[in-house]
Amino acid sequence: MSTTAAHCDGCGTPLAGADHARCRARRAATDPPRYCAACGRKLVVQVLPAGWTARCVRCGEAGVAAR
Amino acid sequence: MTVIQSDVLDVARRQVLEGGEGLREEQVLAVLRLPEEALQDALALAHEVRLRWCGPEVEVEGIVSVKTGGCPEDCHFCSQSGRFETPVRAVRLDIGSLVEAARQTAQTGATEFCIVAAVRGPDERLMAQVSEGIEAIRAAVDINIACSLGILTAQQAQELEDMGVHRYNHNLETARSHFAKVVTTHSWEDRWATLQLVREHGMEVCCGAIVGMGETLAQRAELAAQLAALAPDEVPMNFLDPRPGTPLADLPVVEAPDALRAIAAFRLAMPRTVLRFAGGRELTFGDLGARDGVLGGINAIIVGNYLTTLGRDPQEDLDLLDELSMPVKALSETL
Repeated sequence: MSTTAAHCDGCGTPLAGADHARCRARRAATDPPRYCAACGRKLVVQVLPAGWTARCVRCGEAGVAAR
Repeated sequence: MTVIQSDVLDVARRQVLEGGEGLREEQVLAVLRLPEEALQDALALAHEVRLRWCGPEVEVEGIVSVKTGGCPEDCHFCSQSGRFETPVRAVRLDIGSLVEAARQTAQTGATEFCIVAAVRGPDERLMAQVSEGIEAIRAAVDINIACSLGILTAQQAQELEDMGVHRYNHNLETARSHFAKVVTTHSWEDRWATLQLVREHGMEVCCGAIVGMGETLAQRAELAAQLAALAPDEVPMNFLDPRPGTPLADLPVVEAPDALRAIAAFRLAMPRTVLRFAGGRELTFGDLGARDGVLGGINAIIVGNYLTTLGRDPQEDLDLLDELSMPVKALSETL
């Protein structure tokens, strides 16, 4: 898995040159990551009652969290 | 008969609190139109009604999606529809993870665990997966199992009954007069028919709504009356979380006072139902919402995360119930 964050994990577009404040607000409030931060692809996300997992079909595991 | 707004709470005190008879549609509309200065009185009355007819216990539930995304239906609020360009990708949950999700839910003290799938209705593969999952949960976790699998045939309702499903969720979502603006791939009547099948097969009926999908206050009152006519065992109240990529993405989040009026009005329309705080409450109310809701007619909550979005830390809700001296309903009381 690449750890380079080139893309917004909320909307999938490049981080550079755009305002992602709404994406960050969503991520902080109610959303797991939706896009791979490395390649910008949509993640396969499974939300569970006490956590979530996210996987990029190209880059591999993109995150696991309890909450 | 026209309901005078200033009188509606006096009428409700006699009719609902003392008599146990829910408010009618025009009376519900009067509650929804109450001025802000009357809101606390409405919530206090709804709370009294809830205590009088349901008791102090709060029913706790957890939910999980076993089949996420790729749904053929076009419910305009839903990020799991395959018809909209949303960030949600299709995924299925394996049985081991399903059992673990049930275990996590039971650890919060929850008595209900709802298995949900984003489908029009279940196919043979999904029914087999649900059957296997229920069997595995029963072997490992002591909890009531509910399902939400869309539109059912009579045969499927029978199969779910045979699996021991305790409660079946199928929301009407919005008023009959507004439904076609929210969903075009099936009808309000399709949903109503499934709810009748659920009842005929002895499962508890869970049927709720999403407030804030562009309906008028009159349509919100219409919905409350239609739900009351159904007399469901449980009514989950959701507040629209406008999801990116859906047709309702640009609608505003419901204002907290309007949401609280809706909670009070629905409780006064259905004094005996399990009225559950469900999705969207975090956005609509922030952290204060749980307190206002459970002191305004709510007597059940979904704890933890939702199907594709994250909820509050369950412990925050449980601490609040403890602070308010509201016991979590025990499993033995639900059977």
